[in-house]
Amino acid sequence: MASLKQLTEREERLTGGHRLCAGCGASIIVRQILLATDYPVVVSCATGCLEVSTTIYPYTAWKNPFIHNAFENSAATISGAEAMFRAHKRFGTIPQDKKVKFIAFGGDGGTYDIGIQSLSGALERGHDFMYVCYNNEAYMNTGIQRSSATPMGASTTTSPAGKVIPGKKQYPKDLTEVIAGHHLPYIAQVSPGYYMDLIKKVEKAMEIEGPKFMNTFSPCPRGWRHAADASIDVAKLAVDCCFWPIYEIENDVYNLTGQSNLIATGKKEKVPVTEYLKTQGRFKHLFAPGNEEILKNIQEEIDRRWDKLVKLSSL
Amino acid sequence: MARSMAMAGNIAAAYSTKQINPHVVAAYPITPQTTMMEKFSEYVANGEVDTELICVESEHSAMSACVGAAAAGGRVITSTAANGLALMFEIVYIAASNRLPIIMCVMNRALSAPINIHGDHSDSMGCRDSGWIQIYNENAQEVYDTMFMGVRIGEHKDVRLPVMVNLDGFITSHKIEKVDTLEDAEVRKFIGEYEPFYPLLDIENPVTYGPLDLTDYYFEHKRQQVEAMEKALPVVKKISKEYSNYTGRNYDILESYHLDDADCAIVTMSSTAGTTKFVVDKMRSEGKKVGMLKVRLFRPFPVEEIRECLSGLKSVAVLDRSASFGGFGGPLFNEIRNAMYDVDGKPSIVNYIFGLGGRDISAVQIEGVYDRLMTAQAKMPGDVHYIGVRGD
Repeated sequence: MASLKQLTEREERLTGGHRLCAGCGASIIVRQILLATDYPVVVSCATGCLEVSTTIYPYTAWKNPFIHNAFENSAATISGAEAMFRAHKRFGTIPQDKKVKFIAFGGDGGTYDIGIQSLSGALERGHDFMYVCYNNEAYMNTGIQRSSATPMGASTTTSPAGKVIPGKKQYPKDLTEVIAGHHLPYIAQVSPGYYMDLIKKVEKAMEIEGPKFMNTFSPCPRGWRHAADASIDVAKLAVDCCFWPIYEIENDVYNLTGQSNLIATGKKEKVPVTEYLKTQGRFKHLFAPGNEEILKNIQEEIDRRWDKLVKLSSL
Repeated sequence: MARSMAMAGNIAAAYSTKQINPHVVAAYPITPQTTMMEKFSEYVANGEVDTELICVESEHSAMSACVGAAAAGGRVITSTAANGLALMFEIVYIAASNRLPIIMCVMNRALSAPINIHGDHSDSMGCRDSGWIQIYNENAQEVYDTMFMGVRIGEHKDVRLPVMVNLDGFITSHKIEKVDTLEDAEVRKFIGEYEPFYPLLDIENPVTYGPLDLTDYYFEHKRQQVEAMEKALPVVKKISKEYSNYTGRNYDILESYHLDDADCAIVTMSSTAGTTKFVVDKMRSEGKKVGMLKVRLFRPFPVEEIRECLSGLKSVAVLDRSASFGGFGGPLFNEIRNAMYDVDGKPSIVNYIFGLGGRDISAVQIEGVYDRLMTAQAKMPGDVHYIGVRGD
């Protein structure tokens, strides 16, 4: 595994000067992922913050080949590019030993919601690519509307904390588990807060042929209402409270990794979810008198999902 | 040896696709397109092509994968119909706007609701402003030949646009006809090698496809797209001519049939042109001066050529196989009448909507249209009429 020093010496493939917000999880994640591999990459990206902020014509922040097609089809688009690569090998116009990695990015809107069909199809077809969801838990690019990844209780512009309804009423979809049903060679859930864990998983994924999926936790200072310099702390806390466990599923074998492994094996304390929730303005109303039951329910749901995951994992 | 084969339109489409040997084919099944992709899948399974076949989970993903593949750099073919085309509508525009020369066969079929699997032009007409070159084919032979011309047209450096090869659902897609074929080597010689154009797979020279393009540049890019379509017209003509010389089968953007000394004419597209020719022959044998104009190239619309063909006629009936709800007649009628507006001594032009949902149009009905054109002499009463529908 590359050391931190080695990583700093690698060339950035997403250059500075893009227009993503300070503290945006997406750009941190993309840089961590692209630094984690030396292979040439072709990137596709769903419509969303990452795409609109990095490719404002006539500029582009991408030093590798990049395609944005539409919102819901990052996976289908990369599947076409990957198929073309294989076709050229068969036609003899690209050497057999040439290695190119195909990476598709999408936000939670483009992955959990509108793009889930395209993603599921591309995974089932077995294309050699890695799909990376940067999950900032709402439609941030269009103005913080709720998605199926938005956590229970979060206030968004379409699930505002009102006088009668205290934010989003539903628990988030567990997309990583949905993807697990595709029985892929490699699936991982990561957080940029624990970046060495993330980089290790990317390095591993890049050596595995076939479809890979990575669900990355992507703090959004604007949408989550926390300071720009708090993103990494928030990304760590989400793991520490087991709201966002970091783990991998390799050919159906579950492994809690890094911090999540330490918590599961009793080497680290599981932090109460309120510690995480109170770092963000989107949950502020949950701490008002009368909402204690909601906080309790959120904790119970996190515990329930965590316990299930621990049972699935080899420790 | 080139030989004549009996094949349905869909098989002609599949066989020509096999001979093109595209890098990538991505498609999703929908009636009446399925037999083309079934046949092509056999070619893949038997190792008769080098193509990567992507059996996607929807038409939306079919066109999305085509965009990814074409941007990566290579020949790409797909095929769909009706609701499938409607589902991929968003990406149909994106394919054209990214200037990707994808070939798409559309087995023209009625749009829902109510659901109907038979032929009309509602589907492709819904995409007429999408930036795709649209060629409408009368029979399986035209489908077969147009595929090869389509590759050359779309990939031409002045054009770089996707090409829609239209054929009438079931009527042409499933009817078995005689098709004169080319040898594989002859096809290869005509279409030539694929030349990459800013491919994603050129790792050393990275490009960004599909950027955010706002008020400062978008309009210029759209203007360039309009110009690409304008440039496509002479290219389609040139390549049709070249192909005609190559095969001895005559192709152009329009086909005029006994128009030179005609008093009145029908303008139509696709398989109905065949029926109309039959009627023209019959009426000509009775000494009636009738003719027909078949529009093969609908996008870009050949305005000047249409004017040349229709000037001097007394009356014209435009037969549209799709309706434009709330519009002034069908899409072909709109274009034809618009094209003729400034022509001195222009013919009187009326519209007939026919054949929606695959309803048959008979020779007798077409003859009836000619009779009315001849009887009315000058201006026909009314603008938009219907053929063969209850209550009309």
